[in-house]
Amino acid sequence: MTEQRSDPLLEVENLSVAFGPAKAVDGISFAVAQGEMLGLVGESGCGKSTTALALMRLLRDASLGGSAWLEGVDLLALDEAAMRERRGAAVGMIFQDPATALHPMIRVGDQIVEALQAHLDLPRAEARRRAVDLLRKVGIAAPEERFSVYPHEMSGGMCQRVVIAMAMACSPKLLLADEPTTALDVTVQAQILDLLRGLAREAGMGVILITHDLGVAAGMTDRVAVMYAGEIVEMAATEELFARPAHPYTLGLLRSIPQLDSGWDEPVPTIPGSVQGAERQTGCRFAPRCAKASEACRVPPALRDIGNGHSISCWNAP
Amino acid sequence: MTDVLTEAQGLARHYRIGRRVLHALDGVDLAVDRGATLGLVGESGSGKSTLGRTLVGLQRPTLGKVLFEGKDVAAAEPSFLKRLRRQRQIIFQDPSGALNPRMTIGATVLEHLSVQGWSRAEAQRQAAVAIEQAGLSTAFLSRYPHEISGGQRQRAVIARAISTDPAFIVADEPVSALDVSTRAQIMNLLRKLQMERGLTMLFISHDLSVVAHMCRDVAVMHLGRIVERAPRTVLFKTPRHPYTAALMSAIPIPDPVREKKRTRIILKGETPNPANKPSGCSFHTRCPRATDVCRSVDPPMREMGKGHEIACHHPLE
Repeated sequence: MTEQRSDPLLEVENLSVAFGPAKAVDGISFAVAQGEMLGLVGESGCGKSTTALALMRLLRDASLGGSAWLEGVDLLALDEAAMRERRGAAVGMIFQDPATALHPMIRVGDQIVEALQAHLDLPRAEARRRAVDLLRKVGIAAPEERFSVYPHEMSGGMCQRVVIAMAMACSPKLLLADEPTTALDVTVQAQILDLLRGLAREAGMGVILITHDLGVAAGMTDRVAVMYAGEIVEMAATEELFARPAHPYTLGLLRSIPQLDSGWDEPVPTIPGSVQGAERQTGCRFAPRCAKASEACRVPPALRDIGNGHSISCWNAP
Repeated sequence: MTDVLTEAQGLARHYRIGRRVLHALDGVDLAVDRGATLGLVGESGSGKSTLGRTLVGLQRPTLGKVLFEGKDVAAAEPSFLKRLRRQRQIIFQDPSGALNPRMTIGATVLEHLSVQGWSRAEAQRQAAVAIEQAGLSTAFLSRYPHEISGGQRQRAVIARAISTDPAFIVADEPVSALDVSTRAQIMNLLRKLQMERGLTMLFISHDLSVVAHMCRDVAVMHLGRIVERAPRTVLFKTPRHPYTAALMSAIPIPDPVREKKRTRIILKGETPNPANKPSGCSFHTRCPRATDVCRSVDPPMREMGKGHEIACHHPLE
């Protein structure tokens, strides 16, 4: 099903992020191939956004461990000047809330021009022409006119299109999309996801799509990594993961989503407890909330391959 | 005969923004039956929260009236008003913002009760019962909001709301700020309370699948109007309003196989600005079925079947 990709675009090995004694991300490894969309899913506080911010080297006061190889360069080992050359150029990022990702007092077109001129040696007129093209590409009608409006004059969905245009401006090889549609209405979410999928395919970008919404991950991604308390607990091709979820946490997440056709009279299955304090847990971090927990879970399970490119970290799952 | 607990009649709420007037509510008629949970869905800016807040008396309508037990609440005498305040409660979306960070959960609930006229001893009893019914031990009464998780905070907000033994609760996006696993716990708690206490509830959410699970009847709002109302089984199987159909088709399904097979209705264009509403049917700018009549004539609400009402010139079959 999945062909052997000899050379992944991004290869993250044993990434860890610590804020003082607290480990927000604890030794995760994954790869993203060119043109592939990897979903990073999990609940808040599991380390999804921290992973993205670490790859962008946007975390102050955090100690990073491991490596992240992008086109033969370890992003985590670069000095600030070298990282600056890549941030926004080789790696683009889309943030959750378009209202805070855009400067409120700069015209949207000029913000795209700024992104272009930061990395490409372009005269202003050429940068402006490209910015208008980008606005058109992200589905903004009358882009010449919209070039000179301010963010507050646009709807949330339109602002997110501008943020996407900025992220795409320098044709990045890798795009990090951190909950790109969470702040938007479902009808607008559908439009934006559609746009993002089209652009990623066309440009052959590798994309890491961070989402808490398993429905979004199901419809968009090629592969999914499920995170819990700073670790990847399950990873597989999207169809495989949803057809045969194996980790008790993934199973719990999937069951607890109410569905339109689920029965009115049945309670929604829940995962007891909450993520809080899981990082202090020795052994498997999910064990305190897990119905299948046993003696074995006192020892932390490692991610292991269960066939079909599917890996999980659980002692008790098949 | 159904027994209506509370009802909105021709409710309108206008906000002045500079020279323009924003019609947050634009003629809403909505009845909530005693003991029922009515779902209210729609995009942001459709007026869901304004309607909910007006129904519990946190806001006054510009036009129209709210009836509670058949009586106009605007004309309520002091004794009825006092009862109304106990009888109508609200649960907010963000439990962190709804609790005072410098007060313990107990102090918050007790203050709420003392304002409503409970004596200290009675209030303490009510608070203890409420917190336990909300699924927390009484030990939580001495905790501060920052010491507990988001789900526990929402339980505390729910405890405060039920502490006055209300008949009617507006739950305004009560699970939207919560994680998937916590969300299911709070949904089940609200269902349990609703059944055990015979509560009447208006459940506001932008998430149709949550509403489908919580409510027997669902009303769909678009730019200050109710555009469709039906029992959930009917609405989700055969939506008649194109807007409802588009909303439903936009919900991502956590199943890649079904996701790939289904055809999405992707609405064209932008959500209209409520301060500058389109003429005629306010959905016509995005509606795939819009014709000339939609651009000029605002469709009235009409009955399409048992308990199924819709405001559309060209309903779906």
